[in-house]
Amino acid sequence: MNPRTVVVVGHGMVGHRFVESLRRLDTEDAWKVVVLAEENRPAYDRVALSSYVGDASAEDLTLDEHSDPLVELHLDEPVTGMDLAARTVRTAKGRDVAYDELVIATGSVPFVPPVPGRDLDNVFVYRTLDDLDGLRAAAETAIANAGAGRRAGVVVGGGLLGLEAANALRQLGLSPHVVEMAPRLMPVQVDEGGGALLQRLVSDLGLRVHTGVSTSSIAPDHRGGLTVTLSDDTELDASVVVFSAGIRPADSLAREVGLEVGERGGVLVDDRCRTSAEHVWAIGEVAAVKGRTYGLVAPGYAMAEVVAERLTGGDGRFSEADMSTKLKLLGVDVASFGDAHAASPGALEVTLNDPVAGTYSKLVVSDDATTLLGGILVGDASNYETLRGFLGENLPGDPMSLIAPAGDGAVGVGVDALPDGAQICSCNAVTKGALVAAITSGEATTVPQLKACTRAGTTCGSCVPTLGKVLASCGVEVSKSLCEHFSQSRAELYEIVMATGLRTFSEIVGQYGTGRGCDICKPAVASMLATLAGGHVLDGESATLQDTNDHFLANMQRNGTYSVVPRLPGGEVTPEGLIAIGSVAKDFGLYTKITGGQRIDMFGARVDDLPKIWRRLVDAGFESGHAYGKSLRTVKSCVGTDWCRYGVQDSVGLAVALELRYRGLRSPHKLKSGVSGCARECAEARSKDFGIIATETGWNLYLGGNGGFTPRHAELIASDLDTTTLVRTIDRFLMFYIRTADRLQRTAPWMESLEGGIDHLRDVIMSDSLGICTSLDEQMARHVEGYADEWAAVLEDPEKLERFTSFVNAPGTPDPTIEFVDHLGRRVPAGMKDGQPTDLAALGLGGVPITDGARIPMGAPA
Amino acid sequence: MTAQADVRQHPSGSTDGAEAKDPHPTPSTPAEPSSGTGWTEVCPLEKLQPERGVCALVGGEPVAVFRTHDDRLFALHNVDPFSNASVLSRGVVGDLGGTPVVASPLYKQHFALESGQALEDETVRVATYPVRVVNGTVEVGA
Ligand SMILES: Cc1cc2nc3c(=O)[nH]c(=O)nc-3n(C[C@H](O)[C@H](O)[C@H](O)COP(=O)(O)OP(=O)(O)OC[C@H]3O[C@@H](n4cnc5c(N)ncnc54)[C@H](O)[C@@H]3O)c2cc1C
Ligand code: SF4
Repeated sequence: MNPRTVVVVGHGMVGHRFVESLRRLDTEDAWKVVVLAEENRPAYDRVALSSYVGDASAEDLTLDEHSDPLVELHLDEPVTGMDLAARTVRTAKGRDVAYDELVIATGSVPFVPPVPGRDLDNVFVYRTLDDLDGLRAAAETAIANAGAGRRAGVVVGGGLLGLEAANALRQLGLSPHVVEMAPRLMPVQVDEGGGALLQRLVSDLGLRVHTGVSTSSIAPDHRGGLTVTLSDDTELDASVVVFSAGIRPADSLAREVGLEVGERGGVLVDDRCRTSAEHVWAIGEVAAVKGRTYGLVAPGYAMAEVVAERLTGGDGRFSEADMSTKLKLLGVDVASFGDAHAASPGALEVTLNDPVAGTYSKLVVSDDATTLLGGILVGDASNYETLRGFLGENLPGDPMSLIAPAGDGAVGVGVDALPDGAQICSCNAVTKGALVAAITSGEATTVPQLKACTRAGTTCGSCVPTLGKVLASCGVEVSKSLCEHFSQSRAELYEIVMATGLRTFSEIVGQYGTGRGCDICKPAVASMLATLAGGHVLDGESATLQDTNDHFLANMQRNGTYSVVPRLPGGEVTPEGLIAIGSVAKDFGLYTKITGGQRIDMFGARVDDLPKIWRRLVDAGFESGHAYGKSLRTVKSCVGTDWCRYGVQDSVGLAVALELRYRGLRSPHKLKSGVSGCARECAEARSKDFGIIATETGWNLYLGGNGGFTPRHAELIASDLDTTTLVRTIDRFLMFYIRTADRLQRTAPWMESLEGGIDHLRDVIMSDSLGICTSLDEQMARHVEGYADEWAAVLEDPEKLERFTSFVNAPGTPDPTIEFVDHLGRRVPAGMKDGQPTDLAALGLGGVPITDGARIPMGAPA
Repeated sequence: MTAQADVRQHPSGSTDGAEAKDPHPTPSTPAEPSSGTGWTEVCPLEKLQPERGVCALVGGEPVAVFRTHDDRLFALHNVDPFSNASVLSRGVVGDLGGTPVVASPLYKQHFALESGQALEDETVRVATYPVRVVNGTVEVGA
C-alpha cells in the first residue's frame, strides 16, 4: 500500500511533536509526512527561547531531528493558501502540495497594539530566534554607540513573557523598564497580594516597573534612540522596545478559506482536534478547542498526540488542560497552578504573606478544605512541583501546614506522599507512576536516563529537581565515594575533617578510610587540609600527598621538565618585570609564551634549575603564580577607566585586589576569574568561574562560567553590587564551593548539580539560608591572613630545597633523558609526539604563503 | 634501558623489601662495599620520606626508590613507559586493592611497586631492582 500523505503546516514545537508521535504510532508506514515550515530552521525549544540570550546556542535549542525517511521537511517555505476542495496547499515557492490529511500547526503571532511608532527600527517582538538575534544586535550597537550613558530598554507587557523579555534585556546589558496596563505584573497568574510582592522582588533586581499605564507612542529621538511616552505622560529613553503584549492565533489562512474560528480567534476544533472542514485538523496555539485557545506547550502536545492517534486508528480526545505556569528566569520564584484565582464554586483560599521573608503563598482548596484546587507561590516556589502533584487530590495535611515555612509546624510535602497519578512533568504529561515504573524496571537509574526514557523534564525543565527526588524515593543512590579508600564523597569528607579537626592524612584514612590512599584521595585531602589547616604544602606528611605539580611547585610537561609561571596580578607587569622574566628565560633556555590568563609561562625548566630560577624571580619581586595548583589561577582584566574611553569602573584595580585576596586558595579544581570595565566585556569574564562586569553604579557578579571542554556562560547572581558586598559574595561562593564540590569538579558543573541552581546559591550566600555565612567568612579571613608565598618559603628552607634534584646520589648531574630541539622555529622537547606536525606542509600550511615582516606590503596601493 | 625481564630479584643480604624499620639497622650479613660489587648508594635512609620517591643514578640508569608507610623499600626504573619521560619517582605512592603502587605523574597509570607491573595494561611492566640498607644507607643493586 502506498503511504497516504499528511501535510503539516508549521514546524514549531507542536508540529514537531505531531510528526514524532505519528511516526512512532504509525508502525505500518501508512503515512508519509510533508512539513512546510515558515522559519528557516527546524523546530526548536521556544519555551527555552530566553536561554538563547544566555548560555544556549541555536543548536542547543534545536529539537531532535526527524530521522524517518517518511518525513520531508521544507524549511523557509510557508504555506500561502489552501484549496480544501482540491486538497492542496500552495507554498510561497509557488508549489502546490497535495494532502490526504492536513494539520494546521501555525502557532501564534505576537500581538502588537496599534501604538504610533511600532514599525520603527529597534522595535521588536519576542517569539523567534530571529527576533532575539535582532534584539541582540540592536543591544550591542546601542551599547557600543552610547558611550558611558545608561542604555535602557522598554518592554511593553508585564506578563510571564514580558518579564522573560525584561530579563533578556538585562542580560544583554540594558536596564529594563516594564510597562503593564493592569494594576499588577503577571495579572493572569497572580492575585493582588502576589503581584505586590512580585513587583518588589523584581524591582530589587533592577527592573523598573510601571503598572496601570499603557504605551501612548514611540518616537525617534535626536541621538538615534527612541522615546517611549506612557499614558501618564512619562517619557522613557530607550535603545530598544520589545512588545510582549500577548499573542493571537495565526489563523489567517484558515479564515481565508472559511474555516470556522473561535470567538476570540483560533481555528475552531472539537475535542478530537477536527476543524469544520473534512480532513483538516488544527493543533497547538492556533487551535481553539471548543472555542478556547491555550498559550502553553503542554496542551499543544496533548493535541498533537490526539491527532496522531486518530490517524493511526486510535480514539484520543483532548481533555481539560493543566494551565500551571512558573516563571523560569530572573531569580524570582513565581508559580501558579490550577484554579489560582479561586473561581470554582465554594473554593476557599488559604494565604500566607510574609513580607519580611519576601514570600507569598496561597492555596485554593475545596469548600471542605480537603482537596487542592490551585495555588500561587511568589518568592519561594520550591514546593511548586509537589503541590501541583496534589491538584484534585486529597491533601496530606492541613493546607496551612503545607505552605508554612519550615520549622513552623510545617509538614512539608515529599514526593513519597504523592499519588501515582500525580503529574510530575506537565509539559509532557509524565506521572509519578510512569517515572517509578521506569526506575523499578531498571531502565533508568539517573536523572538523564529518566529524561531520555520518559521525556519528563525535557521541555521547560522545571521538574528536573523533582525527578531526582523520585529517584531517591525509589532508593536509587548514586555512588559518590571518593575512591576505594574512602566511601565518603569529597563534600562529606570535608565536613568530617572540618568537624573532627584531624590534620594528617594518616589519621584521616586510619579513622575514616581504608588502606594507604592513592593519587585520587591524597591530593584531595591535601587540598582540604590546605583550606582548613593552612601551613606550607610541603610541610611534613603533607609533602607526600601532593601531586607532582604541587610537590615541585611547577607544572610538569610531557618530557618531565616543568613550566614556571610567576604571578602577574590582574595581568599587570612593569617593564622591569618583563626584563627580569626575559633574562631568566634567556639564561635558563626557556621557551616563553603568553597564557590565556594574561601571564607569561616559561617552559622547559629542569627540576634542578627550579630553585635557581625562582631565586632570581623572587629577587625581582615575583611570587608563585600557583599555575601548578588546583587553586586560584588568574583574575584577568581589561584596562577599564584607566585607559578605555568606555570604562565605567577600575577593572584593573579590582582584578589585582581579587587576585591578591584569593591567591594560593586551594580548591577542588582550578579557579579563574575576570573583571571587565563595562558591558562590552573585553575580559571575557562570563567564561570564568567568577566574573565581574562593571556597571555605572557597581558590579555585576556572574558565577559558574567555564571555557574549556564544556563551555558555559556564568550566571548572574546579583547586579550593581558595591565593592564590599561583591567581595563578600565571592568569598562565600568560593568557600561554599570548596566545602561542597566533588573532586575535580569545576564551578560550572558544580552549579549545575546544585539542587535549585543559582537561586539556591543566592539564598545560601546572600540570604544565609543555611546559617553558614559567618563560618564561610571566617574561613576566608583565615586564608587571607595566612597567605605566604610558597616559593619564597622553599628558598628559605634547605630541607625543602633538597627535593629539587634529578638524582639524589649525584646532585648536579643533569638528567640525560631530557633534550630539546629546534622545531619549526620553536624550542621543544626532543621526541615527536603523536599529532605533532613534522613541517608546515604537514600542518596544512604548506600551500599558504606566509609573509615575513620585511615583506609586509606597507602602504602599497590597494 | 635495563632488560625488561629483570623482575625484582633479591640477592641475599638485601632487605627483601622488608625490615627497614630501624633507620640504622645492623645488616644481617656483613655489608659489601658499595662500589664495584653491583650495589650503588642512594641516600641515607632517613632522607627517604615514606610514600615519596627519590631518583638515583644507578649504572647510568635513572632508578626510582620508594619507601612505603610500613618501611618497605622498592626500586623501579624511573622511565614511565607511557610517556617515555623519566618521572616515576615523582608520582604519588599509595595502594590499590592492597597492592602498593606509584601513580605516573603524567598520565596517572599505576605501577605495582613489588613487580613493576602496570595495573592498567598487563603488557607493560617496568624493571625492578633489589634494595637494601647498609649502615643506614639505602643501596640499589643493578
Ligand atoms: C519566550 C517564550 C517563553 C515561553 N515559555 C513557556 C513556558 O514556560 N511554558 C509553556 O508551556 N509555554 C511557553 N511558551 C509558549 C510555547 O512556546 C508555545 O505554546 C508553543 O511553542 C506552541 O507551539 P506551536 O507549535 O503551537 O506554535 P509555534 O511554536 O509558534 O510554532 C508555529 C510555527 O508555525 C510556523 N508558521 C506560521 N504560519 C505558517 C505558515 N503559513 N506556513 C508554514 N509555517 C507557518 C511559525 O513560523 C512557527 O515556526 C513560551 C513562548 C515564548 C515565546
Ligand atoms: S570591557 Fe573594559 S576594555 Fe572593554 S570596552 Fe569596557 S572598559 Fe573598555
